[in-house]
Amino acid sequence: MDEMKDIVLKYVIAEYLEDDTQEITYDTPLISGGIVDSFSMVSLKRFLENKYKISIPDDKATPEAFDSVNKIVTLVREFVK
Amino acid sequence: MYYFGTYEDRAKNFDWSISEKELEYKAGDVLNIGWYCSDRICKMGKGDKPALLWENQAGKEKRYTYHDVRRASNTIGAFLRGLGIKDGDRVCLFMDKVPELYIGFLGVLKIGAIAQPLFSAFGDESLFIRLNDAQTKAIITQRKHAPKVRKILDKLPALEHLIIIDHDPARPLGPREVAFSLDGAAPVETLDIFPTKAEMPSVLHYTSGTTGQPKGVKHVHYSLIGQYLTARWVLDIHDDDIYWCTADPGWVTGTSYGIIAPWALGATQVVLDSGFSAEAWYRFAEKMKVTVWYSAPTAIRSLMKAGDEIVKKFNLSSLRHLASVGEPLNPEAVIWSERVFGLPFHDTYWQTETGAIMLTNFPGMKIKPGSMGRPFPGITATVLDPKTYEPITEPGRVGLIAFQPGWPSMMRTYWNNEHTYKAKFKNGWYLSGDRARIDKDGYFWFTGRDDDIINTGGHLVSPFEVESALLEHQAVAESAVVAKPDEVNMEVVKAFVTLKPGFTPSPDLELEIMNFIRKKLSPLAMPQEIEYVDSLPKTRSGKIMRRVLHAKEWGEEIGDLSTLEND
Repeated sequence: MDEMKDIVLKYVIAEYLEDDTQEITYDTPLISGGIVDSFSMVSLKRFLENKYKISIPDDKATPEAFDSVNKIVTLVREFVK
Repeated sequence: MYYFGTYEDRAKNFDWSISEKELEYKAGDVLNIGWYCSDRICKMGKGDKPALLWENQAGKEKRYTYHDVRRASNTIGAFLRGLGIKDGDRVCLFMDKVPELYIGFLGVLKIGAIAQPLFSAFGDESLFIRLNDAQTKAIITQRKHAPKVRKILDKLPALEHLIIIDHDPARPLGPREVAFSLDGAAPVETLDIFPTKAEMPSVLHYTSGTTGQPKGVKHVHYSLIGQYLTARWVLDIHDDDIYWCTADPGWVTGTSYGIIAPWALGATQVVLDSGFSAEAWYRFAEKMKVTVWYSAPTAIRSLMKAGDEIVKKFNLSSLRHLASVGEPLNPEAVIWSERVFGLPFHDTYWQTETGAIMLTNFPGMKIKPGSMGRPFPGITATVLDPKTYEPITEPGRVGLIAFQPGWPSMMRTYWNNEHTYKAKFKNGWYLSGDRARIDKDGYFWFTGRDDDIINTGGHLVSPFEVESALLEHQAVAESAVVAKPDEVNMEVVKAFVTLKPGFTPSPDLELEIMNFIRKKLSPLAMPQEIEYVDSLPKTRSGKIMRRVLHAKEWGEEIGDLSTLEND
């Protein structure tokens, strides 16, 4: 679980954070906080699907479910066998 | 009671002088939007009225009265003057929805400079193209967005100043960088406002074209006449309203109706600087007691997707008028809003080039869900036969949406591109690039674009721009970009690519290419799907036939294939 959290957090920092001085945690709001917008959410979903060999249904990939690293990890774990 | 009254009464003997009189403007007077949106309201005795109630995702709040906005825009204007910015210089505003963006816009206009707002999610390539074309002299941004500007600074010799509004003093400033803090600056009570006249340039908004690079749409200070009256009659903003325009001022709705119109009316507007969340939006509307709400179909459909139950958690009884813009509003959204809010969303239609609302469902008028409504009084609108460019007279036949030039907020040209500007007119009509039919009652019904431009979430994306950027990726040999249907955004970007030798199609490569475009251009331009193909359909002369791919995506007839290379 913690390893997954770290992987997702590192990916978000590397791909979506424009300001390298900004610090984010597992609970930082990503979508409502404007770090990942609704269009970019598609690429984050794709990353999770590729990385964990899963398919996240569109109705589960809501802005609320993607709003923090912790929430994303909870969602991903629903689909990881 | 609505300002508008009946359509027939308003359309009869309409003259734009109605707006001029209300604004106490006479031909030849000084007309400066920055002054009209702040100083004039203070002179009317409303200086202590709230102009902007702002909140961000973290719950931080700021509150500005009209006196505050007047002083703060003076302060920004004086600071820019001190840097040597003069009338006619382009100043880019490249920020999230922070107060400095809204107030800075007025500050730029007050010194006679031209405001060039750009969407803060733009990547460095999108930014470079637009700053280079405009030969922008200064850019105002936040430290989170500054790295994108630094990356292209060497290629922009005309860009003399990179102004950072939240600079961390612990870090050294780089070349051409200057720190400015609105909260820390000494307030400037009086500023010599540049005496702009009606036809002097005010705003430069960039929009995507079918071919070639984005075009800079030049507006003038006289646009205020159209923006003011359309906001009063269509958005029905009254003196005691709390108005919420959800658009980002990086786009034209966010400036015409997110800054200029509400402040010229002396209204109180609210801004939520946050990403989308249905709960956060409803909570904000409840907390601010929003009465007039101007939003976009994509946002409305996202709210619909969040369900009806969540709405019941909030007291939204303050809402009294709802309107929408950006792309056609589907009938289901109108019906849904009537059910959950007890109010329909009123669709409005206009473009970056038109500067203000052109077709609309007026308050109090019978709404036909799915229709764009009827022309604003003073606007002569029609649909033209695509071959003859003559108005179509029979109801129900699809044609090109066109307007008779001459309305106050019409663009005056494309920056450095008079040739393309002139090509927008045929037979004395301005061509919108959209198609529609008109029913027997005079209501317009959108049927589609007349070109390859993709309308995603209300924002236009040029397939040409995305295709060009795709070719810069090391794995891509050829590319074709089309719109793909999408439940929430109406359309999204889809790319078809052929790969160079040595590269193999894979999901990881697809993600890499998606992120490449997202960072280079913008999240809007990022293909949401990439399809690997062995070859692309081309004409015998080698031109990629996007329409073949588009038809495949939309399940439409492919049409004439006689020019296809490999038929």
